[in-house]
Amino acid sequence: MLSVEGLRSRYGRIEVLHGVDIHVKPGEIVTVVGANGAGKTTLLRCLSGIQPAAAGTITFKGNDISRTTPHHRVKQGLAQSPEGRQIFTNLSVEENLRLGAYLFSDDRVATDLADAFAMFPILKEKRNLSAGELSGGQQQMLAIARALMARPDCLLLDEPSMGLAPILVDQILDVVKNLRSLNVTALLVEQNAYAALSIADRGYVMETGKVTISGPAQELIADERIRAAYLGL
Amino acid sequence: MSEFLQFLFSGVTVGAVYALVALGFTIIYNASDVVNFAQGEFVMLGGMSTVFLYEAGIPLFPAAVLAIILTSIVGVALNKLAIEPARGASVVSLIIITIGASIFLRGMAQIVFDKQIHRFPAFSGEQPFVVGGATILPQSLWIIFGALAIFGALYFFFTKTLTGKAVLATANNRDAAKLMGINTNFIMTLSFAMSAGIGAIAGVLVTPMTLTSYDVGIALALKGFAAAMLGGMGRPLGALVGGLAIGMIEAMTAGYISSEYKDAATFIVILAVLFIMPNGIFGRSAIDRV
Repeated sequence: MLSVEGLRSRYGRIEVLHGVDIHVKPGEIVTVVGANGAGKTTLLRCLSGIQPAAAGTITFKGNDISRTTPHHRVKQGLAQSPEGRQIFTNLSVEENLRLGAYLFSDDRVATDLADAFAMFPILKEKRNLSAGELSGGQQQMLAIARALMARPDCLLLDEPSMGLAPILVDQILDVVKNLRSLNVTALLVEQNAYAALSIADRGYVMETGKVTISGPAQELIADERIRAAYLGL
Repeated sequence: MSEFLQFLFSGVTVGAVYALVALGFTIIYNASDVVNFAQGEFVMLGGMSTVFLYEAGIPLFPAAVLAIILTSIVGVALNKLAIEPARGASVVSLIIITIGASIFLRGMAQIVFDKQIHRFPAFSGEQPFVVGGATILPQSLWIIFGALAIFGALYFFFTKTLTGKAVLATANNRDAAKLMGINTNFIMTLSFAMSAGIGAIAGVLVTPMTLTSYDVGIALALKGFAAAMLGGMGRPLGALVGGLAIGMIEAMTAGYISSEYKDAATFIVILAVLFIMPNGIFGRSAIDRV
């Protein structure tokens, strides 16, 4: 589905990704865990094309998309729910969702909107409110729902649990887990390593711009190095 | 009473001109948070191009349409050649670029056109209507209804169309807009084309009344900017109300006190309003929950 090879990226002269390899198979939930500053967000920004890749290839559904513009990547089915939610605070909840389906103007948009409201009833209740007035958890739901409106085959999720109360973290991760039933492949970036690994099929550990450990999620949870460094066990 | 009516007509006409300039500011501001100080030059280009095309023998209406299209192309060129290459620069730097662009366009207009004052005939003759003892020129009605029509079109664009909302989304968070599949470069190009086109329409409508020359843009941009600030930057309704309010204050001050004080009275009112409502009359307060 999604394959990253030797990806490098830099901000100015400082290289922050030093050759990252990551593979995601159709239907999988794959997580990338690691500390703050490991380059996880930069990785997702490169995958969406917001941040240029200095070297390496990104292959999505068999096509090399390394040089494709961001809107063409969305068109091909690669959507992202960005870090810090980044909803459009000057627009209403419903307008945010409709912009998620910006590339589509068919009848399915209305069905997708109804599905989004069924998945997150609170958003339906607040559909006409300005998105900036939502609470942090509601904004996160909106960011995920908005990304799903783009009908992605693969959804990139950047720190969906960040800044949320524990009960909301569980709720958001349930949503991610349920992406399987929607036939959406997911690449989940998280600092909350235990929560992410417990719902993922496979995981990668990133440290200072490189993948250092990878494997099935259950093995990673049991791995002594990861338990000590990321799980606090 | 007929005196008041006369001041009212003149205030609404001048106000509609300011509103048209202010509406041009709204679009680029909505797409990029940039106040485009070359907006007045778009008004000048609309009027001047029409003059020269008309004098070259093209009938007035096609000449005006051609002038509006040409000005839109200049707007797109401004974006492609000056704003887009400076991507990532701060909003203040971009505003300074637009000031430079306005000086450049004014200079070019002196060379391509000339330094004379020009006009072309009014669209529907010069015979004024008499209403309640006061008179109003047909061209005033063109200006007033032109401003209302463009306001209506913009209001529809920003509140009812997905493209209009994509413009607002691009201004709010450009990276997030790209993640929605929005081609943000296209949105910027579209905004500059629309903004320049609206400026040119203003220029075409006012030239028969106020005449035009290469340097009419400065004063119009200043008043249009004041109108947009008074009404609330980025709001079409704010631009309309702000423009009419400033036109009205000017006309009343000039009529009942002295035309020497009309600018002073205008800016005192603007300062007073912005003290109480810093975001303008219709401005949304910038409060985000984090």
